[in-house]
Amino acid sequence: MKEVYFYATCLVDLFFPDAGMAGIELLEAAGVRVIFPQGQTCCGQPAFNCGYWEEAREVARTQVALFPKDIPVILPSGSCAGMMKNHYPELFHGQADEAQVRAFSSRVFELTQFLVNELDVKLTDLGEPVKVTWHSSCHAVRDLGLVGEPKQLIAQLANVELAPLTREHECCGFGGTFSVRQPEISGAMSCDKAADAEATGASVVLSTDGGCLLNVNGTLEAKKSPLRVQHIAEFLWERTRAR
Amino acid sequence: MHADTEIKFRDSAAKALLDPQLRANFRRAMDGLIFKRKAQFPNPRDLEDLRDLSTAIRSRSLLNLPALLEQFETQATKNGIQVHWAETCDQANELILGILRSKGAKTLVKGKSMVSEEMHLNAFLEEHGIEALESDLGEYIIQLDGETPSHIIMPAIHKNKNQIARQFSQKIKDAKYTEDVDELTAMARKVLRQKFLDADAGLSGVNFAVAETGTLCLVENEGNGRMSTHVPPIHIAVMGLEKVVATLEDVAPLYAILTRSATGQAVSTYFNLITAPRGAGEKDGPQEMHLVILDNGRSRIYADPQLQATLRCIRCGACMNHCPVYTRVGGHAYEAVYPGPIGKILTPQTEGVGVRHDLIHGSSLCGACGEVCPVKIPIPEILVRLRREATHEDVGSQVNGKGTGRTATEDWAWRLWALANKRPALYRVITWFATRFGNALPAGAPLIKDWTRTRTKPVPARRSLSERVRAKGVPHV
Ligand code: SF4
Repeated sequence: MKEVYFYATCLVDLFFPDAGMAGIELLEAAGVRVIFPQGQTCCGQPAFNCGYWEEAREVARTQVALFPKDIPVILPSGSCAGMMKNHYPELFHGQADEAQVRAFSSRVFELTQFLVNELDVKLTDLGEPVKVTWHSSCHAVRDLGLVGEPKQLIAQLANVELAPLTREHECCGFGGTFSVRQPEISGAMSCDKAADAEATGASVVLSTDGGCLLNVNGTLEAKKSPLRVQHIAEFLWERTRAR
Repeated sequence: MHADTEIKFRDSAAKALLDPQLRANFRRAMDGLIFKRKAQFPNPRDLEDLRDLSTAIRSRSLLNLPALLEQFETQATKNGIQVHWAETCDQANELILGILRSKGAKTLVKGKSMVSEEMHLNAFLEEHGIEALESDLGEYIIQLDGETPSHIIMPAIHKNKNQIARQFSQKIKDAKYTEDVDELTAMARKVLRQKFLDADAGLSGVNFAVAETGTLCLVENEGNGRMSTHVPPIHIAVMGLEKVVATLEDVAPLYAILTRSATGQAVSTYFNLITAPRGAGEKDGPQEMHLVILDNGRSRIYADPQLQATLRCIRCGACMNHCPVYTRVGGHAYEAVYPGPIGKILTPQTEGVGVRHDLIHGSSLCGACGEVCPVKIPIPEILVRLRREATHEDVGSQVNGKGTGRTATEDWAWRLWALANKRPALYRVITWFATRFGNALPAGAPLIKDWTRTRTKPVPARRSLSERVRAKGVPHV
């Protein structure tokens, strides 16, 4: 039986555990044994992006140590997967454990990419007809080239109509510490994203990333919009699990 | 120090965001440019090939920069161009003043040049009794109002037609009010024609300098570049020292990607190759040609293998056009000569990473800039590098002002963050508290206050995923 590690990411752990559970369930439903190391915390991206590389490295090192087996590490986040896959090698460049970290990085996958490209999952839609829209996270697209996979999964759901955003590839304004360092700009971007989503007529916005979810959902809520944002894993699991 | 400078970009951006006219002007203009650029690259594969080629040409040029500059100087001098070197903007200004004074020149007509903006040349000349008139239509428009460019290739893009109509009717002698673009252009043209004929000297920028031939390439759409460089008896060109390429062959792909990335044009209306002043028996061209090559911090950037990529820039402006921050706040909010993503990496390197800490952090790191940059400058990575430089003195680099953006508060915050995230037991205690009492955080708490300007307060789930996983019996080690 195929085995994988699951890395929740701090945002999913704390704010979107349902999405994390759904990710695990989707993998298990595809016949994969999922291992969830309990010591996991954060991938280190916030400190890395702010230039605090020593701190980021200390944390990253403890994370890498939790995944000793040579099996894939699956993340329900494009941004954190991008960090672990593409930026860890940069962060550990010239360090004594660089080779070990690189080996780890090569085993990192974002959830939807793993479901489509490695497992080739087939989904059966059991839900009511619904219209959704898709927000692609910047790091997922630009760090991982994650463009088609989530849409392929959505397309497998017979009762789901996908209404695209006008500016699908534009940042939602989260940007980690950017959201509180530049709250006015970030807020303006978030409000535009929320308005774009509302204009699609969809009843749910799907995304792969906890940061975008927190941001866009909070913005929609503040606008008293009925529209909500949901992690794609949670959406897929809700629609396909046998009840 | 950065505590007050940090506010700078944030404040001016916040002000810009409150101006609906400004936001609409930028959004409309940038959408147009994005659309036109896209139309020039119907096949993504071709675009990537051209980006790869252009990146390779610019990287190779930089690799051989010292030798190419030498070769260029020799060749240009042979052609009759007088080459001058300036380490600082002050030196460059003095050089130009000296040239003008030696000829008794009182008026200078200028084609568009961002390097001259960098030098604040107009103000300097004005102080010394020399009139410097901008002849690029956009530059002319903003000069009338005493403004600075808000975009590197479309300096007046923050204004719409009606605003310009009002301005012309007030500032141009005998002008009537009209919103007809052709009539407005004709008005400016009439003023400028005479200025070209009367000017004692002309000034231009340079897009590419070709080492093998000593040629200056100038890309433009209005013909004002050609007028500024050919009509007055003296032509002075200014350029940053990174502009040189080896051969004319190198220019073709760069030119092709420059106009397409910038304005979505396959070719510009004018493409000037200027190799020498007027020769014996020739009927046009300046009698005298000068080139001022400016360093202004560039050699310091050049010395760093990663940051050197900054100098690949061909000033197309695509990174601005596609930037979600720039398109909302416009160019003036940056309070820098070069706005937008390229300005965010260039300005802190020339002015100091501590003093322009505000710019380094004015990005969500979305990566749209790096994605469109025709010479693949990894702008987000460089921003992160500069954030690191701003807060750390020990990186072993020569970045201007390194370590000067460090604050005790931020230091402590990251130290505590690392502490909590390195120790699973501690992390678990924190998440336990967050899940049970996270909702109790006061809305006025720092960070939460800024977050909730436009959003509801984030509420942690009642049980963390780690807890749920344990309860469900997912294998956990
Ligand atoms: S950084 Fe790249 S996209 Fe921006 S102006 Fe320079 S060449 Fe153009």
